[in-house]
Amino acid sequence: MSIDVSQFHQVFFEESFEGLDAMEMGLLGMQEGAPDAETINTIFRAAHSIKGGAGTFGFSRVSEFTHGLETLLDQMRNGERDVSQLAINTMLQAVDVLRDMLTAVQQGDEIDETSAASVGKDIEAFLQTDGNISSPLDTEEPKTTESTGWQIFFKPHSHLLQTGNDPVRMLQELAELGELSVDMDASALPAFSDLEPEDCYLAWTMELRGDVTLEQINEIFEWVEGDCELSVTPLSEQTVTVAEQDEPAPLVEESDPVASTNNAPVIETKKAATDTVASSIRVGTDKVDSLIDLVGELVITQSMLSQLGENFDLSRVQQLIDGLEQLERNTRELQEGIMRIRMLPISFAFNRFPRLVHDLSAKMGKQVELKLSGEQTELDKTVMEKIGDPLVHLVRNSLDHGLETPEKRLASGKPETGLLHLNAYHQGGTIVIEISDDGAGLNEEKILGKAIERGLVSSDETLSPEKIHELIFMPGFSTADEVSDVSGRGVGMDVVRKNIHSLGGSVDVSSTPGLGSTFTIRLPLTLAIMDGQTIQVGDQRYIIPLISIIESVEIKPGTVKQVTGKGEVYSLRDEYVPIIRLYELFNLTPRSDKLEDGLLVVVEFEDRKVGLLVDELLAQQQVVIKSLESNYRKVTGMAGATILGDGTVALILDISGLLTLYRQPSQQRVNRAIRAA
Amino acid sequence: MIELSQSNEILDMFDVMGSVEAGMLQYLTFELNQEHYGVEILSVQEIKGWDHVTPIPNTPEHVCGVLNLRGAIVPIVDLRLFFGMPFEPYTKTTVVVVLRVQDVTQRTVGIVVDAVSDAHNVHPDEIQPAPDFGEQLSTEFISGITRMDDNMVMLLDIDKLLSREQIG
Repeated sequence: MSIDVSQFHQVFFEESFEGLDAMEMGLLGMQEGAPDAETINTIFRAAHSIKGGAGTFGFSRVSEFTHGLETLLDQMRNGERDVSQLAINTMLQAVDVLRDMLTAVQQGDEIDETSAASVGKDIEAFLQTDGNISSPLDTEEPKTTESTGWQIFFKPHSHLLQTGNDPVRMLQELAELGELSVDMDASALPAFSDLEPEDCYLAWTMELRGDVTLEQINEIFEWVEGDCELSVTPLSEQTVTVAEQDEPAPLVEESDPVASTNNAPVIETKKAATDTVASSIRVGTDKVDSLIDLVGELVITQSMLSQLGENFDLSRVQQLIDGLEQLERNTRELQEGIMRIRMLPISFAFNRFPRLVHDLSAKMGKQVELKLSGEQTELDKTVMEKIGDPLVHLVRNSLDHGLETPEKRLASGKPETGLLHLNAYHQGGTIVIEISDDGAGLNEEKILGKAIERGLVSSDETLSPEKIHELIFMPGFSTADEVSDVSGRGVGMDVVRKNIHSLGGSVDVSSTPGLGSTFTIRLPLTLAIMDGQTIQVGDQRYIIPLISIIESVEIKPGTVKQVTGKGEVYSLRDEYVPIIRLYELFNLTPRSDKLEDGLLVVVEFEDRKVGLLVDELLAQQQVVIKSLESNYRKVTGMAGATILGDGTVALILDISGLLTLYRQPSQQRVNRAIRAA
Repeated sequence: MIELSQSNEILDMFDVMGSVEAGMLQYLTFELNQEHYGVEILSVQEIKGWDHVTPIPNTPEHVCGVLNLRGAIVPIVDLRLFFGMPFEPYTKTTVVVVLRVQDVTQRTVGIVVDAVSDAHNVHPDEIQPAPDFGEQLSTEFISGITRMDDNMVMLLDIDKLLSREQIG
């Protein structure tokens, strides 16, 4: 029987990454000198299962590396070693190395040996010291007798293979420890006709010579304890010489029927892993159960309707209407249920911050307390993945520019430790994430000075504090002369805002000098469905995201002004809004080219308003966003497509893309005109 | 010239027959401006009659638009215009051949052709390499030419022909 273990790799990686996160959280929460037994246990268990899993799947480098870490943790757990800050930091580094290793293995890349080796050495160094505990470790003892070697008798019980353990792999691991000679006892092997392929009939007597400790050997057999007869005895000088005449190891490969079949998939998996780094979601069973219920209801409605259709007459119209209503309700509930599956608590995005804040505050000599709240607020997985970087940037920013050094804080009468608060909550159909600090607040004078210097505002303008705060999001407002390795990574706040805009969200800042500042991010709960306004341009229908629309106005004569005879602006109260005639941009024939006959949909993008001239406003509806890229490519000006009620496709407009199109009358637009002619 | 209902029968027929003879390649042939072309039948997902599509602004003229194919948004390419042939109004024999194109990922793309002709078995030995016209004519999309029923048939390499870069 051969099992393709590669199918479990994905699960192993996911669990391992989760384990690493747990280790990291635990390590960060650990206090120097006062270890909490439960915390150490959690960390130890995570390390242990990563090691075990890696060993099972043959990722030997990973399990080797984890082994040292595990030993260290084991000693701490047993109270044989004190928990020092140095040890915690080393273990944190080890977690990083492990994460890199696992990522490399998952993608089939080479493991970065240099960092692994240096951290591995640190851990070794720790293990060499006796950790301030007077009693010598019992592992030290056998090291004195290690030079000669060990005689190992290993007779697995017949059901060993069913427990998922493979003797061949253990023998291979033994062979890696030192010079191994194997003598196989196949006497229990029955006739071929009686052979039960899932049973193990073999036994081995092995001699392992080299620099090996008893612990290392026990390690290998750790998972089969109780499932085998095992004896390990030190080799005497005499047996060593006898053993040298024995048959060498290669016998193993041929003797075990499982070996040939089980080895092949392991090689293949490397390729498979690179192709299928498909992401997956862990979903609570309650969510799945509720979906099954919903599908059940849908099936009932469907059968009711089909029965109705078989002998339908007009007297049963009411029944039909009821049935269709029920169908609609079922569909909506099913849709909501499926959207819920994609929802993950935002703690997935928040979890990286304790570490980040721990590392950065130490680097900058600041004392920071991180407070997380609303971690259970749920958010669509795709939104979550894309919000990570902007969040990191904002947190770094608060740490670097917002919070002051302890001295400064004391001088201004604040507690030494600064507070950084990450908060998330739902508000209507959006999720709100707040990043607030009790630092110095935005330095308005400095910002204004810089903006004037960069020519973003003229020096005689008087701006309200809110307007000044807004300036930090302006493109070109780079904090280039304050570059530090913390926040000056060449990514400005304008990029943060752009990224959040591309998710259909917004970011604002409010700040009080001396009391701190708060960044507020608003995001749609999902990217898959949005509220849209259907519009008619010529014979085509398009969808405008409702979130971009400020208002829609009828154009009265006299409200439109010409700019150098080409551009048109509409005077909307005290603003002049440029008019984009969508039919021109899309080369369509409008119902009328008179502005008065159409409607102006005023939309906003990055604080700039433009008016889109459309023929007619149609329904407002929720639309399911489909990608144009999956079968075609990205099209400038289009955020995607959706399928309307009649089955036809309508394109969803992307305001920023439209502006790009508007600014550069490209030759592609001419292309269309040729065809129309 | 055959109509759509028959075209799908051709496909069905092939499903029933399965792999006809070992070593034979199977091609679906179609007409375009009185020329004959063939695509490997395994890459054909379905054959549809011409249906209304939603045009995409500011794309090359040979991209007719996108179509809703059971929830997937599929681009439709007019092969006549793509090959620089004169545009011909769509008739009832005009069909859309929906193809599975291997790119980095698999994509679905529809091509508009004048009419679907038939399905053919071709032995690999009967396929000649595409003639080299040098600079005047690019033949990189033609994987070979062969003869079927006294017609010369150009066999298209759709993965190259309908790559993202080519469609534009």
